[in-house]
Amino acid sequence: MELNQQTLLDMLYYMKLTREIETRIERKLYRQGKIVGGVYVGRGQEAIAVGSAIQLEKDDCICPSHRDMGAFLIRGITPREIFAQYMGRRTGVTKGKEANMHMGDMRRGVIAFVSMLADTIPVAAGIAMTYKMRRQNNVVLCYFGDGATSRGDWHEGLNLASVQKAPVVYICNNNYYAYSTPLEKQMAVKDIAVRGAAYAMPGIIVDGNDAIEVFKATQEAIRLARQGGGPSLLECKTFRMTGHSAHDDVKYVPKELFAEWEKKDPILKLESSLLRQRVVSEDAVKKLAARITREVDEGLAMAENDPFPAQAETLEGVYADQNVEAPLAFANSFFSQER
Amino acid sequence: MAAVTYLEAIRQGIWEEMERDSSVFVLGEDVGVYGGAFKLTEGMLERFGEDRVVDTPISESAIVGAAIGAALMGMRPIAEMQFADFISCAFDQITNFAAKCRYRWGAGVPLVIRGPSGGGIHGGPYHSQNPEMHYVHTPGLKVVAPSTVYDAKGLIKSAIRDEDPVVYFEHKFLYRRLKEELPEGDWTVPIGKADIKRTGSDISVITYGAMVHLALEAAATLANDGIELEVVDLRTLVPLDKERVLDSVKKTSKVILLHEDVRTGGMAGELAAIIAEEAFEYLDGPIMRITAPDTPVPYSPPLEEFFLPKTSDIIRVARQLAAY
Repeated sequence: MELNQQTLLDMLYYMKLTREIETRIERKLYRQGKIVGGVYVGRGQEAIAVGSAIQLEKDDCICPSHRDMGAFLIRGITPREIFAQYMGRRTGVTKGKEANMHMGDMRRGVIAFVSMLADTIPVAAGIAMTYKMRRQNNVVLCYFGDGATSRGDWHEGLNLASVQKAPVVYICNNNYYAYSTPLEKQMAVKDIAVRGAAYAMPGIIVDGNDAIEVFKATQEAIRLARQGGGPSLLECKTFRMTGHSAHDDVKYVPKELFAEWEKKDPILKLESSLLRQRVVSEDAVKKLAARITREVDEGLAMAENDPFPAQAETLEGVYADQNVEAPLAFANSFFSQER
Repeated sequence: MAAVTYLEAIRQGIWEEMERDSSVFVLGEDVGVYGGAFKLTEGMLERFGEDRVVDTPISESAIVGAAIGAALMGMRPIAEMQFADFISCAFDQITNFAAKCRYRWGAGVPLVIRGPSGGGIHGGPYHSQNPEMHYVHTPGLKVVAPSTVYDAKGLIKSAIRDEDPVVYFEHKFLYRRLKEELPEGDWTVPIGKADIKRTGSDISVITYGAMVHLALEAAATLANDGIELEVVDLRTLVPLDKERVLDSVKKTSKVILLHEDVRTGGMAGELAAIIAEEAFEYLDGPIMRITAPDTPVPYSPPLEEFFLPKTSDIIRVARQLAAY
């Protein structure tokens, strides 16, 4: 994909849309008690998901993590579905079975995240091995945070993908904190990218707050993967501008760090650069903001009116060919019999 | 038609499914060039090529993870655990990823994870385990443990064709000890159906895997004394064929639950609860369990012999229960 005016505008749109949806979720719906479970946002990290996923083709796949909302949006998950998901409605991507960013839909090439970090690393390898077996020229983008790189599955998965020359781009959101634990307590290496060498794959350090840089690095990694050159590891350096989740008061992060990274905000960076280079006009930016507000308002209004799932659905969908028996099924029938 | 072994039956089942459906492939440690630690996949690499017979690193979690990825894409992977003991390394991928995909987000994972389980071969603590209950306890998985050559072939074929993840425990003690002539043609054994391996009117012995053969031996001996055992082979642990189990108990009114797995949290406990709840009024004696003790599987022959349930245990308990 060419990094033309339309692509740049699309990137700005998806980054701003991400920010708006996450702001509503974290600062409104959660505080209003409309979201009963956890809330995990990627504020300050929007350039990574958007700059990479924007270049995917129809039959490509993503294995997103919980701070990659932009990638979901690009794959066609709608604001309404996301709000409904968070509020446990039947119209959510998982019909109320799953929480927050654990959304998946194979028709849109989205593999649902699980809480056991790095589980999708070998899964992505398996999807990519399938592309290879089928002689399909597709790629998988697999996202994770710095903390995930401490798990064994991360290493097993990268190794297998590399041995198999599987067409995957492994994209790290290095946001410096794994929940409350800073990088230096997670790993003895300074850069995650150096770990690529252990698996004979390129390990590239990217400014994760620069959408254009993310785009270019991903473009090169995708090119390599589609050519049969195997996986790459992109370390996108960024900063988590929130707590781990909405309930986290984030006292363990020095305030100066937030102030420093606030200045590197990825949306401001892209927008000001596009304005400066006259790729977009002030007027276009205003129109974009209005469009996003309208779309988010509409999506939220619909989701708030959407129904909850019926309780009987609890027992559905465990297996393809049968529903699970209700726990009181026998007791109910036993005591209702004439004795 | 020549008789084949239990091991050969599994190999035939996989082979036929690979011939029938190009989305079926195998992956695991040493499955390709070497043909598998037990030679179960021998010849497959030559026939089906590297894409469909994938030698992997020693990475059980990645083997299952990659199999999940392929299954999500519509492939039908068969992931081999070289020994069922090693499945613990893939526990998270199996129980948190594969088992829950359909429930969480409607994505089917038609995957088979198979591996040789069980003792009796002096394999010691890490080459003898019966890890089935971890998976029985996880909704979303099907768990299969065949006891005969016929069932081994029929069930591996059903497992491969199933739309959900199936954990297939094959008993390595039976690999080359059993031989049976198999029918020609394309046939399967359905998942979720128990099989009455011997009918009898006095005591139901409910079991699975290698223990089925001990139960049959005990039944043959006891028949001389006029005690008739009914041997119910579960074949599938999940979904459990509750109906056939309860029908047998209602007929005999006395039950022995037998397995090679350790006692606490074993299948016998679950069966006992079901029988106590749903066939309470039919019982004429206590529900008896014959299992391994709650220890790791020991190596030294006298220790392992003590560990494993024996035919003589079944005979003794059955006599006492019959007299009760």
